[in-house]
Amino acid sequence: MGGLRLLSAASIVGYGFAEESLERAVAGGVDMIAADGGSTDPGPYYLGSGTCFTSRAACKRDLMLMLRAARRVGVPMIVGTAGGAGGEPHLQWARQIVEEIAREHSLHFKLALIHAEPDREHVKSLVERDRVAPAGPVPPLTADAVDRAERIVGMMGVEPLVAALDQGAEVILAGRASDAAIFAALPIKLGYDHGLAWHAGKILECAASCALPKAHDSLLVTLCDDHFVVEALSPKLKCTPLAIATHTLHENESPILHRESSGTLDTAATRYEPVGDGATRVSGSAFHPSKRYTVKLEGVELAGYRTIAIAGSRDPMLIGRIDAYLDDVRAVVGEKARRLGINPEGYRLFYRVYGRDGVMGAREPERDGQPHELGIVVEVVAPTQEEANAVLALARTSTLHTDFPGRRCTEGNLAFPYSPSDMPLGPVYRFSVWHVVEPEHWSDLFRIETVQV
Amino acid sequence: MAKLQDIARICRSKNAGPFLVTLDVVFEDRQRYEQVKRSGVLGPDLFARLYGVRPEDVLFTAYDAGLAFKATLPRLVGSGDLGDTDVYGCQQHAPLLAVDVPVES
Repeated sequence: MGGLRLLSAASIVGYGFAEESLERAVAGGVDMIAADGGSTDPGPYYLGSGTCFTSRAACKRDLMLMLRAARRVGVPMIVGTAGGAGGEPHLQWARQIVEEIAREHSLHFKLALIHAEPDREHVKSLVERDRVAPAGPVPPLTADAVDRAERIVGMMGVEPLVAALDQGAEVILAGRASDAAIFAALPIKLGYDHGLAWHAGKILECAASCALPKAHDSLLVTLCDDHFVVEALSPKLKCTPLAIATHTLHENESPILHRESSGTLDTAATRYEPVGDGATRVSGSAFHPSKRYTVKLEGVELAGYRTIAIAGSRDPMLIGRIDAYLDDVRAVVGEKARRLGINPEGYRLFYRVYGRDGVMGAREPERDGQPHELGIVVEVVAPTQEEANAVLALARTSTLHTDFPGRRCTEGNLAFPYSPSDMPLGPVYRFSVWHVVEPEHWSDLFRIETVQV
Repeated sequence: MAKLQDIARICRSKNAGPFLVTLDVVFEDRQRYEQVKRSGVLGPDLFARLYGVRPEDVLFTAYDAGLAFKATLPRLVGSGDLGDTDVYGCQQHAPLLAVDVPVES
């Protein structure tokens, strides 16, 4: 059977896969081994702090297996959104792990690092020249927002990846990259149909997460001229047509149109057909090139410092009047904070009440009925960690001890599972840049660095 | 009448980027999907009512090839921003489960 065999080793580097699955794919022949290294899904913290949401040990294990297999058979290995968020510290973290593996296993290769943190002055010049638009329900980008950001990354499409492959890179660690692009780059370089290449990439990005049952394992696509076949590598996992079609819905606004840097993947006419036991043949996907090359920017800014405490209540009288009670306590905390010289306007105090609306907040429709217990997370976000700690301590004691009508539990209102109860969580970030920019060329935002390892 | 939780194979939510949440309802077979589609119950108005947004803020798509309905709408606050309750957006689907659809259960 011909075709280009593209292996997605792991749904995210560090989430793991069965070594036998990787070996089974390699034994059958692969033309590329790749994996997505991250996501914005775990929230803004990781981009802001420069850290990864998977452990170093788990990432090293996955990268080691991928790297050894790729070097053994001499095919390109590509990791996108390296280090979890694809910023400069993330890329360097992943590079250090890869170089450590190379030393330990005596591997030598041409490594390309694709840097994805654009120059701030260049981003501001795009703002000035009106080559920026919101990528969602966010305000227009300003030079001030660019300056305030803790970190900004551009999400690369296939162009820098194809350039790195053209330069002979054997291993590519890419900063922030479109999940699909890391799989679509090689087939697009080789002249395969763009619609199929992008759709294959879209399905490969989460590896065997698209299979039944959903699993953290490898996934193989065999790409041909007019279709591709998706198959899992463990006999326990099935890639049924419906499961593969369902994955096209994953984390997208539309199930049909998927925007990328260079155009839009269109799955309106896609056909999903079963092949044998547990594989699916996909055909008919189209790609509409866009007239303008665009890049999505993602950036975060510091929003303060957080301290929390976790507690619960089992008291029916308190649970019955929890909202009024928490309003009272909030006023008490404000008064006590003032006495410490802390302006209550300067911090935010949140009570997350699990058992009432902790999960859905204002969108919770179930407002009747009284649970027998409530979980309460007391949270303070303030301009400094010290102030957050101080206000949280006030809030914790006040929530524990403030009186309420009908109170019988006069020794305390809350059960704390931990000592210490107060947990300083460090900086809090928010997504502040979520915009599409139109550079003249991809190299305005991304830079390839090649190293002989 | 049947509740979505009894006739859908998948009923789920997830972020579509940090500022949008997307809800998917997927059926096992085409007949069931077509019945639900014909009922007209699933549409922008339903999602607007359940999630307290305007119908014009709901991007609704029926995806025939996937036997799926998808609705994408704004989150209350950005993922991980102050006051967010669900960083991944993956536990916002529950109001859909109890939606009644005029089909045989």
